[in-house]
Order: sequence, then C-alpha cells, then structure tokens
Amino acid sequence: MTANGWLQIFIFFAIVTLLAYPLGVYMANVFSGKRTWADPILRPVERLLYRVTGVSPDVEMRWTEYAVAMLLFSVVSMLVLYLIERMQQWLPFNPQHLGNVPAILAFNTAASFTTNTNWQSYVPETTMSYLTQMAGLAYHNFTSAAVGMALAVAFIRGIARRECETLGNFWVDVTRGILWVLLPGATLAALLLVSQGVVQNLHPYTTATLIAPQTVTAQGATQRITTQTIAQGPVASQEAIKELGTNGGGFFNTNSAHPFENPTPFSNLLEMVLIFAIPAGLTVTLGRMTGSPRHGWAVFAAMAILFAAGVSVAYHAEAHGNPLFRGVDQHATALQSGGNMEGKEVRFGVVNSALFATVTTDTSCGAVNSMHDSFTPLGGMVPLVNMMLGEVVFGGVGSGLYGMLIFVILSVFIAGLMVGRTPEYLGKKIEAYDVQMSMLFVLVFPVIILIFSAIAVLLPGVGTSSIANPGPHGLTEILYAFTSTAANNGSAFAGLNANTNFYNMTLGFSMLAGRFLMIIPMLAVAGNLARKKIVPASAGTFPVTTPLFTMLLVGIIVIVGALTFFPALTLGPVLEHLLLQAGKTF
Amino acid sequence: MRKQLITAILYTVATTLLLGIAYPLAITALAQWWMPRQANGELITRGGTIIGSQLIGQSFTGSGYFYGRPSAAGNGYDAANSSGSNLGPTNAALITRVEQSAAQLRNDHGDADVPVDLVTTSGSGLDPDISPAAAQYQIPRVARETGLSQAQLAQLVQANTQPRQFGFLGEPRVNVLALNLSLRQRLAETRAASSSRAAGADSGKAQP
Repeated sequence: MTANGWLQIFIFFAIVTLLAYPLGVYMANVFSGKRTWADPILRPVERLLYRVTGVSPDVEMRWTEYAVAMLLFSVVSMLVLYLIERMQQWLPFNPQHLGNVPAILAFNTAASFTTNTNWQSYVPETTMSYLTQMAGLAYHNFTSAAVGMALAVAFIRGIARRECETLGNFWVDVTRGILWVLLPGATLAALLLVSQGVVQNLHPYTTATLIAPQTVTAQGATQRITTQTIAQGPVASQEAIKELGTNGGGFFNTNSAHPFENPTPFSNLLEMVLIFAIPAGLTVTLGRMTGSPRHGWAVFAAMAILFAAGVSVAYHAEAHGNPLFRGVDQHATALQSGGNMEGKEVRFGVVNSALFATVTTDTSCGAVNSMHDSFTPLGGMVPLVNMMLGEVVFGGVGSGLYGMLIFVILSVFIAGLMVGRTPEYLGKKIEAYDVQMSMLFVLVFPVIILIFSAIAVLLPGVGTSSIANPGPHGLTEILYAFTSTAANNGSAFAGLNANTNFYNMTLGFSMLAGRFLMIIPMLAVAGNLARKKIVPASAGTFPVTTPLFTMLLVGIIVIVGALTFFPALTLGPVLEHLLLQAGKTF
Repeated sequence: MRKQLITAILYTVATTLLLGIAYPLAITALAQWWMPRQANGELITRGGTIIGSQLIGQSFTGSGYFYGRPSAAGNGYDAANSSGSNLGPTNAALITRVEQSAAQLRNDHGDADVPVDLVTTSGSGLDPDISPAAAQYQIPRVARETGLSQAQLAQLVQANTQPRQFGFLGEPRVNVLALNLSLRQRLAETRAASSSRAAGADSGKAQP
C-alpha cells in the first residue's frame, strides 16, 4: 500500500461528498415538481410524453396502484427487450450479422437488464447487435434506474407525508428521473468518456494488420495470426448510463477492464464517481424532503463508514499479492504497482482495482475493471460481503436508499425495544405491520441466495460442473453468482460458466425475485407510513440525526449480514484464505 | 388496470425511441463530429494500412521486441473476444502457469525476480501497457537482440512512459505497441545511417 494509493481513494470520496449536496438538492426539487434550470427545454418534452402515452400527471396513486404501474411497465419493457434479442438478425444496426439470441439466454438477459442487475451470461462482442445494445440493453439502463429512483422517492414521501393515502404518480416520477437527471447526466458523461478514448461509432469491427505476426499453438494445431479484429460500437453512450444508473452491463465481455470502455485513469475515476453520484445525492434528497437534513447526513455517514471499511480490506489484501508466486516481484515501487496483478490492468494497478470492486458492489452496479474471480480470497470477499449486506452502502440508484431505510426502520425499532418505548421514526410510530414487512424485505434476500446456492451445489452434475476454480473457491463462485443476481448487482466471479440452462433459469428467477419480491413489501411499508399521524417528539424518542444513530445503524446492518451469511463465507473465502496461507492449491 | 397497461405499452415505445435510438445516435453524431479519432478507437496507420489501436494491446513474443503481458483473450490479444483468465488464487493451474512464465523469462533476463505484470494476465486480455519496471527489466535482452545500446533503449522506454494522469491518478505505464513501433523506427534509422556511412566510405574509396 502506498501514500499515493490512499490519496487516490481519498480524492475519489471527496468528489463524491462534494457532489452529493448540490445533486441531492436538485433531485429533491425535481421530484417535488419545483422549478429547475432545465424546465424551459424539458417541460414541453415532458408534456408531450404524457399526452402521447395517456398519463394524467395530476392523479396520485396509492401504494398498490404505484406497484401495479411499476410491474406493468417492467413486464412490458422486459418483453420488448426479449423480442429485440430474438429478432436482432432481421433488424438494423447489426454490421457483424450476429444471429438471434437463444431463448433461455434471451430470457436471462431480459430479466437481468429489467431488474437493474445486468448479469451477463453472454459474450457481448459475439452475441449482441448494436441495436440490441442500444435500444434493448442501454434503454433498460435508463428505465430500471429511473424506476429505482421513483421507488425511493415514493418511500421518502411515505415518511414525509401525514394522513395521506397516496405516494405520488409512478409515471411522473419515472419521467422526471429520466429527463431531468439521467439523460443530461449521461449525455455529459458520454462526451467526457469519448474524450478519453471510449469509442462511439456504428462501424463493423476493424481489422488491423499486425507488425509482428504471431504463431500460436492451440489444441494441437499451429496457427499463424497476422491480423487483429478489433470490436467497435456505440460504447460511450451506453457506458455513461451503465455507471450513472448503477447498471453495470458491459458493452464488451470484460466490462470496464476493456480499454475501449475505460481507457485512462481519468475515465476510471469518472466512472466510479458516476456510480456513487446519485445514490449519495439521494441521502441529501431524503434529508430535504423529510425536513430533516441532518438525518440525511447521518445515513450518509453510516454508508461512508461501511465504504471505508470495505475498500481498506480490499486494498490491503490485493496489495499483498499472492504468497505462492515464487521468483516474482510483487512489491510496490515507483515503477510498478505490484500486488496481485492477475486479472488487473496496469493503468489501474491494485488500488484502482480494489477501489472499483468496492464501489461497484457497495452499489448495485456490478461493472468491473478487474476480474474479481482472480482476487485474493479476502480481496474477493469484500465485493461478496458488500452485496450480502444488501447493497445499502450508497446502494443502487434508488434501491440503495430504500434498502437502507428498511434498515433504519429496524434500527429505530430495536432502539425502541431497548428503552421499552413505542419506536418512532421522524414522527411516525413504527408498528407491528411495518416491522413485519421490513423483516420480509430483509429475509427474502438470503432465502433466494442460500436456497439456490444449496441446490446448485447439491444437484449432481448440474451446478458444480460449471465451476472453473476447484476447492473452496468453487463454492465462492456459486455463492457469488446467486448473491450478485439476488442483489441485482451483476458482477461475477466470471470463471463460473453461467451460460447453461440451469444457471440461466435459476439466476434469471433469482434476479426477478431479488427485485420485485423486495419492492412490494417495501412499498407496503411506504403506503402504511404515509397514512400515519405525526406524533410530536418526546423524551423517549430516539433521535435519528446523531452519531449514536449512525453507529447503531452500521451495527444492525453488519449483524444482520453476519448472522445470515457467516457460515457460507466460512466455507468459501475464509477457508480459502487459510489454505492459501498454508500453501495449499487445488 | 387496462388503462395502465395501455400506458405501459405506449410509454415503452415512446421512451425506446428517445433513449434507445435518439440518444445513442445523437451521441454518435457529436462524437464523430468533435472527436473522430477517439470515437473510432485511436487507430494507428502506417502506409495506409491500419496496424492497430493505441488503446488495444497486441502480442509481442518474438526476439527483438519488448514483450507485453500474457493474455487470456482468445489465442492472445483477440480484440473481438476480450477475456481474463478468471483463475483463482489457489488454482494450481495459475501457480504453475506463473512459475513457468517466470522461469522462461529468467532464462533470457537473468536471475532477478520478474515484475509481476509480466507473468500475470490482465482483466481484459487486451492491456496495452506494461509497468515501467517491466520495460526496464527487458532492456538488456532487447539490447542484445537488436544491437542497440542499453542507453538508447532506456531513452526509448523513458520517452514512451506515461506518468500518472494529472500527476496522481492511476499508475505509470508504458504502451507496448508504441514502444515497439519507436524501437523499429530507431532500428531503421540506425541501419539507414550505417548503410549510408558504408556507402559514403565506398564512394570515398572510389575517389582518387
């Protein structure tokens, strides 16, 4: 570990913190329908969209109506994506003449992008046409993020409103998120990314003539390679929204490790800031819309603590390298980053790889700039644990905040139990129904992960045959896949061959369950909170604006996560770490 | 419900046109207009032929070149098939591969420990760079194989080393394709100079 490494981490987080306030205030104005600088351009577009689609923007929805609208939009747009994949061969923007996507893979991918997961069982360069990428995949990067933001705003309204049956209008919230936040942000970011070298074109793949032809022997056959085929595409436009919407689905197979997705250290910093920007800003939006800015910052602080812990462990583990590499110089010097460089790019080194891995799994992004499967056991455990905590460390766009607010409700409930009073949260009494629904939200998640993982491990020949790395690492690969999909993250221990019927189906259901089975209890809590009266704060009220609250919140998140997943982690990364130190290989 | 369903269908169609078609095409138009070199992949041409991209690594394993990193993309640096090795830290296949690569490199480069990036595959399999340590490590071998002096090569490495961006971001790095192109150019210049010297000596002889 080096001073420069810590400096890079510090500067990244300083930028995120400085951005959070203005962005959070802006989003609060956008979702409250207040005037913003962009109104003269965007209001007419918004009105046109409502007229064309038959939305009545002034009609508010109860939580059930809000949920129905959300589900209908998700089902319809998922079906459209499925159809685009199945018909891409006959559609335009397909210069490589790629064939139609097979049915089960198309289902998995449609589920993946609709749920903001962006798990990829396919190799994009050889599977998806430019049209599928733009109108199918990048489109869902916008909408799944906008849906997440709308849901978070609905939850905030549930907390802020009193004796009210409704949570807002789903279509209006989605539209404002897209037009006022995502589209301007993605446009600016896309152009900045192009300036760094992220490609943006519709050309067929380029053929380059090598100056030093190679002779390679593969599978017993000797082959002379004189050219290099370079994949192209409309990458920057997708890359920008992939990060800003915490989606994470790469235009290329190796995602943000690919030089055309992430060519320079600056593009890398920009992508990480984009991932954290909206989730961090939403904590400020929370404070502003509930009239308690300090509560927003208390939640932000809890997230910051968990982020710092994660990145420190990951950086430490990766900087130490692999103890089994003999005759190899893994020390950090002025001339090399050193550390465990398997699966990492030289321009990022260990620090930016560990930082990116932490950022992408704190949120539900899942973009990667290095291969998590090749991390050291403890370095690779950090992304896994981040997801197992429910991706509430800033979290996905919207989903991170509502996930965190469920933990806030549990925290005030537990604090109330400790002092023997009815718990309150910002003036709302937290009662049995709220806690039941919150616990349902918390429990759905490990049930999906652990049951599917157990099936994959136990069914003979079906799950374990996809493992790339034997030993405890293989269990981690399977655990990671179901955690990543249930948490709607999408990053992978990519050695696992997930493009099988078993994994495409189970992971597809895991993604759908991890999104929609958790949203419904969450909206139920929001609807129930909105109906309640405000009780004035008393001496028995547990304040949610103090460092004590922040520490309690961190404690609850860690304890719930640890109690649920510790046994599985012990058999996977922890055991592998101990065996690695003992010099055991598989 | 029925009204919501119709809205959902119309909304999907309208936003697909806006976000799925208009937005990427607008970005493409702007990028091609303002930054065509970057938008098309920073391609390098020599004599009208595209020989690669500044950003995409290529295999260099032959004598007289600086080597890049091992690659897990296809048959090595397959830029239509990017991939990492995805080998885990306790996988015997990884440990054996690293040991073999390191032993091979030590054959040509002496007994010093090998810089780690030279024996590990990158995430993309297309890493265009090696660390400055890895470039300097190879100078004695390249000097032996090309006849250029170590000082000349050190100067080439220096000229092709990119420092941290803005002085603090990322890691210092050496672009292998760029380094090998300038190595070839230096070799061609040296040959031209020595053959013209030889020609000059000949004509000197011919004069009475």
